[in-house]
Order: sequence, then C-alpha cells, then structure tokens
Amino acid sequence: MEATFTLLDEGRAVQVSARIVGARIELAPEVVTGLLAPAPDRPPPAGMVELGELASGLNRPLALDLDERVAYLGTPADARGRRLASLEAPDFALPDLGGRIHTLARQRGKKVLLVAWASW
Amino acid sequence: VNVPTTVWVDEAGRIVRPNDVGFGTDTFRHLTGIDSGRYLGVLQAWVRGDAPAPDADRIRARQALPTPADQQARAEFALGAWLYERGRAAAAARHFERAGELAPHDFTIRRGSMPMRGIDPMGPEFRAMFRAWTEAGRPYYRPLPD
Repeated sequence: MEATFTLLDEGRAVQVSARIVGARIELAPEVVTGLLAPAPDRPPPAGMVELGELASGLNRPLALDLDERVAYLGTPADARGRRLASLEAPDFALPDLGGRIHTLARQRGKKVLLVAWASW
Repeated sequence: VNVPTTVWVDEAGRIVRPNDVGFGTDTFRHLTGIDSGRYLGVLQAWVRGDAPAPDADRIRARQALPTPADQQARAEFALGAWLYERGRAAAAARHFERAGELAPHDFTIRRGSMPMRGIDPMGPEFRAMFRAWTEAGRPYYRPLPD
C-alpha cells in the first residue's frame, strides 16, 4: 500500500511517500538520499530501502508508529556522547515569560548558570 | 534524577560543570535532605574566580553519557510529544510508556510525560514511582562531588 509517511529526522518533519508492506516501511532511493546528509563513504541505495534497516544501518534509534504513519529518527548514543565529551555547550533559543527570545550564544563572554526546573 | 539541575558554562561557551543537582534555597531540604549552602559555595567560588574550573578530563569523568537504550527512550519520548501536540493522546501514551520502560532511571521522561498522559505528576502514581525508586536504595538526588 502506498501512503504518505511523516519522518521526524531529529525533530525535523519530512513528508515522504512510502510503501507499507505489513510492518515494513519501504522508501524509494531518492527519498532516502534526500533525507540524509551526504556521506562520501555511503553509496546511494540501488532499490527500495526499509526504514528499520536504514535506521539500523545508520546506528540511529527509530521510534515508529505504524498506525499514525509517523516515525522518529533520533541521535545515536555514540554521537551524543561525542557531543557531550566535546564540552561545547550547544546553542539554543528560548522565550522568556514576555516572549523575548534568548540564546546561549548571546551570553558569550559571561559565565552562565543554566538551571532546569519544573513547574509541575 | 529530578530537577533542579544545573550546568555551568564559561565565557567561551564551554561546559565546566556537567549536569548536577543545584538547589538555590533550602525550601525543600526537609524532603531532599540536601543543604543548598554547599552548592552555592562552590558556585560563588567559580563565579568570583576564587576556584578555577576543573580540567576537561575531570569534567568528562563526571558526565553521564547516554546508552543506546537512553537514546531509544528519547526518540520514543520525542515521538510521543509530537503526537500529543497533534491531539493524538492515546498514540502518544504508548510511546511515553515505552520510553519509561527503556529508561526507568530517567524521571524527566517518566514524570515529565505524566501531564501529557492525564496523570498528576504530584499524585499517587508519582509517589509510587518515587517510593519504588528510593526503597531499592537508589538516590533521588545525586549531587556531584566538589
């Protein structure tokens, strides 16, 4: 069955056309090539690519909801570990209570204490 | 495993103290047993320049690096949140539950998803989860050593 499927690539939503065969989500090669960052050591796929096998080959966690026609491709543990070990604080942008956006990058030159809290 | 947690970032955008328990007051000391004074002392020493930040290897030794199961849990949680935001609460709940099974130590996932599952995050389900965790001898707060 042909269906529109939503792939969330680390949160970025991409609508793709997929062939659903039982629990298999098959993607056309051009879809896969368009989704993934170019990798010189990785030749483009020759035929249909199954989503679970694609995620496994890339060592990326895959959360799949076949009923909802959506899947989330996450970050591999080793890649996240390397990012953490770099000790570089990743930039982010968040609004304050007045809606004003603040970024970590704007604080460069100052010592920053980041506090995570929950209002519950 | 619970907030408040803090991260220190220096003037160059480099993390010099990884995720750590950091209470700014003693409001919850009767529950947590943690005095804010020790943490505020080391924080003030860093801000004032009285104590240098630890070297990179020492900082890395304090980091909790994710496992593949942790990252799978994050993917399940992120998918659940995406579904929830689109009004698909029942579908979302399946992924929140799976995420909690994969990362039972991660209360950000387990407790953080409770409001999206229609569960009071201060209610009996949370208290049961908290009791099970602590009665197994696992600390609810694990401050880093100074």
